[in-house]
Amino acid sequence: MNGGFHIVVCGSIVPDPLQTLAPMEGATGPALKNEMMLPSVLDPWAGHSLYEAANLAKKVPGSKVWLVSLGPKAKLQQLMMSIAQKVAFELVVLDGPASGFTDSTEVAAALAGAIGSIPGLDRSRLLLFGGCASASRDAGVTMQMIGEQLGLTEQFLGVDELTVTENGALRVLERIEGGQYQVSECSAAPAVLAWATGNLPEPPNNPQIGMVNMRTIMPALQKAQTAAVGTGGISYQAVELPSQRRETRIVKDMPADDIAAEIVAWLKG
Amino acid sequence: MEKILFIAHTQADGTLPNAAREALSAALELSGKIAGSTLTVGLFGKDVKPAADAIAACGAASFIGVSGEQFAESRYATDAAAITALARQAGATIVVAPTTSRISRAVAGAAQRLGGRIDTHISGLDVADGAPRLQRWYYRQRMVATQSRSQRPWFLVVDVGVFPAWSGVAGSAPLQSLAVDQDTCTSRTKVIGIQSPSSDTQTIRPEAEVLLVAGAGWTKKQADGQLHIKDAEGIILDFLQKNKASLGSSKSLVDQSSEGESVLPFMSHLNQVGQTGSTPRHPKGLATCCHGEEPHAVGWRFINERRAINLDAGCGWAQGKADVLYVADAFQVMKKVNELLG
Repeated sequence: MNGGFHIVVCGSIVPDPLQTLAPMEGATGPALKNEMMLPSVLDPWAGHSLYEAANLAKKVPGSKVWLVSLGPKAKLQQLMMSIAQKVAFELVVLDGPASGFTDSTEVAAALAGAIGSIPGLDRSRLLLFGGCASASRDAGVTMQMIGEQLGLTEQFLGVDELTVTENGALRVLERIEGGQYQVSECSAAPAVLAWATGNLPEPPNNPQIGMVNMRTIMPALQKAQTAAVGTGGISYQAVELPSQRRETRIVKDMPADDIAAEIVAWLKG
Repeated sequence: MEKILFIAHTQADGTLPNAAREALSAALELSGKIAGSTLTVGLFGKDVKPAADAIAACGAASFIGVSGEQFAESRYATDAAAITALARQAGATIVVAPTTSRISRAVAGAAQRLGGRIDTHISGLDVADGAPRLQRWYYRQRMVATQSRSQRPWFLVVDVGVFPAWSGVAGSAPLQSLAVDQDTCTSRTKVIGIQSPSSDTQTIRPEAEVLLVAGAGWTKKQADGQLHIKDAEGIILDFLQKNKASLGSSKSLVDQSSEGESVLPFMSHLNQVGQTGSTPRHPKGLATCCHGEEPHAVGWRFINERRAINLDAGCGWAQGKADVLYVADAFQVMKKVNELLG
């Protein structure tokens, strides 16, 4: 790859999966109870895409990674304390809601606008990365809409592997039905890759990377633009927790043979 | 007046996927409930006539199709162009589509091109005051919303397993073929093929009656202080083969492979169920050696009957998440289950 890739990763925060979540009626639509107080993590699939981006940038000289995040500035700042120590990137911040109840069309428009304004971004070398879906809205549509707005019509969804071939082509494995992969080859960048889990573990913290990142992260947070993102035209009639709670029968001290017989009867029933 | 368009693609053998027949049922139901609405069927693929004929009796007012060699493969540029052309031709105000990997990749792009809005993972659909009202989950199956929109065109992507698959006699559908602007179909992407697991390691079966979920306990030291990975592998694969079950996993187990710990070789992130994995739909689910923590159990939202085997009587499954929790050694129990299954 001549000159390397310009990899833009879209990723924001979601509540820590171990937290108990409850909906409430907010000023502009549904919201989470104590949303600003809930501990947050980097959206898992977006996180995988960030680690894959950093790994690719390491392999292809001249590449650079940007992380574009839409979320409450204060919470993004907290998140950066951990994420910034893992991989090298330049942060672009949009100060706005990270709620799952926002409309993906509005989120996509805001992110596309921010990406289009990144100084020095070479769109001919652009690889737009992100998660295949968020853990909040879980719509799986935002990356495609950003791609459309940026004129990117080579798009891949549910990516687990990207290999750059000797001639610079992108060989992509996308998840499809039944545990299978579709294998495709795209002749070159630009392209959109919405990642599933990929193949990389979470990188360990590296304080040196953190120190380098922090030089650009704090200014990025300070000059964050406010993003007017909301629920769009969605009219929410109700948002509820599922009421179903099962009456669990706890079976103790039953011999393994008897348990097995009961399970087989259930399976065949 | 709503103009409803049902869109779907054909498979390699020219038929419609089951998910498409389910979404067709959703579109028909919607059309039946919205007074004055019309329903058009829009198909794309290499040759869509046989698929259109197979659903000729569904009651749609018209059939339109985009076909040709370039639409044989599942690829963003050509699929988005096809969907856009179908929706334009139909003048669609509402587009109903199935959740397949092919539709999921391209449909949002088409919605964007048409200035429309899109909602996915629809788990329920009704009509109130003459307009669709949908149900979908947020925060990975933690809470469910009922919602509607006034913008059109509105794309509704229906989850698998929510509606019954449409069935009826085949006929001859009056199919109108559309030409797609070739400028919108140019692509630098070539589909090389499909990479499938070999038949003896196929562990993901979306249509299976039973989901077996294996947790990290299978790869931990057992009562004798030893690891029994080979035994675990044999027991799990034996069960899958005898029961034609699908295999799910907790995150902790699949993560072990990337962290260099002992692993079950047939297990990958594709098997992962829960917060950062899939939320499959199966009539029955049996969890083994996993604790039923909330991030994992949200992946069980659409499993009807749930049982678990765990050594910890206070685990997550006991907290109202399973119908039955067997406090026992899964190695012993599952070995015996396999013997009984014959």
